[in-house]
Amino acid sequence: MTHPPYLSPAYRSTLLRAPSRPPLLLKADPDTIELTSPVFGHHEVDEHEADLTRQHSGEPLGERIIVSGRILDAAGRPIRNTLVEIWQTNAAGRYAHPVDRHPAPLDPNFTGAGRCLTDDDGRYRFVTIKPGAYPWRNHHNAWRPAHIHFSVFGTAFTQRLVTQMYFPGDPLFPFDPIFQSVPGPAARERLIAAFDIDATEPEWALGYRFDVTLGRTPVEDS
Amino acid sequence: MTTPSQTVGPFFGYALPYERGWELVPEDHAGAITVTGRVLDGAGEPVPDALLELWLGETGTRGALDRRGPGASGFGRCPTTPDGGYRFRTARPATPYLALLVFARGLLRPVMTRVYLEDVPDPLLDSLEPALRATLVARAEGTGTYRFDVRLQGEGETAFLEF
Repeated sequence: MTHPPYLSPAYRSTLLRAPSRPPLLLKADPDTIELTSPVFGHHEVDEHEADLTRQHSGEPLGERIIVSGRILDAAGRPIRNTLVEIWQTNAAGRYAHPVDRHPAPLDPNFTGAGRCLTDDDGRYRFVTIKPGAYPWRNHHNAWRPAHIHFSVFGTAFTQRLVTQMYFPGDPLFPFDPIFQSVPGPAARERLIAAFDIDATEPEWALGYRFDVTLGRTPVEDS
Repeated sequence: MTTPSQTVGPFFGYALPYERGWELVPEDHAGAITVTGRVLDGAGEPVPDALLELWLGETGTRGALDRRGPGASGFGRCPTTPDGGYRFRTARPATPYLALLVFARGLLRPVMTRVYLEDVPDPLLDSLEPALRATLVARAEGTGTYRFDVRLQGEGETAFLEF
């Protein structure tokens, strides 16, 4: 089992939101619409949306990073032209969202949202700022490890994935019930980006690699 | 090895919703219908920070993200309002149902369900006992409006699906 269980009591928000019944297992037939997914046109996504450091008049504060990787299907094949969306805090650990009340500064030069389409090799690439850790009210002295939210489509609605990318060696991992909701260290490891010297650009920015493998589609199963 | 799911969290609102994401068709589209309802938790309280995605099975002529121009899109996205409400304006699907995904803080992976516009003979519906079946059938309200509530947990809990 790769995905976290719906009910994960250490993450308190699951208590009233986790369904009490397991999902009904449905057999797909060829007309099943969940076997297809939206197709995104290049005219719908501007290439500048992949650079989160150039969305305002000045440069954001913080450590500039390059996050790149591939979106793959269960057989390791690239998923082309699929939409990848990300969002994150600024370097101080604050989201540009009105509900975020963490008393850390907003950065007028950083919104923290980006998107792009994968290329023919399933590759995506974002330029951004390393996000910060931040406190939340799940339990006493609760802190989220720094992370970047990822939203990925794939070729079937059943593959739709929203996840979070973490950074290697974060000391908050053992204390975070959202990260720890994933069963098993091997699966949790897949949420941690790798430092990538080849993606690092001299005199400019560190590179991190984060590949995303989507689940099997029902057709592949049959 | 599949990448595990993580919650969408409470702070997606400035990133994932896009302009007129809930309008799969323009207001004057012939035969447009509205699918609307609320997302409720196990205490019957509204879920004000959920994100819903609707899928009709094909991208359509209008594209998935760009709402300029006429035609029909097959994909829509709508965040809930403070009272847990959502709505989509869409063309009628070719199938008896629309696919729906719900993301929210507290959902470590999304829930997937189907919105049936009518209670018709159907392999999925026919496999369910009446109370569960009823959770998948929208209620027609006046002309072209269908009400479909998503109960994440507890009494009247929606039938959720996986493949």
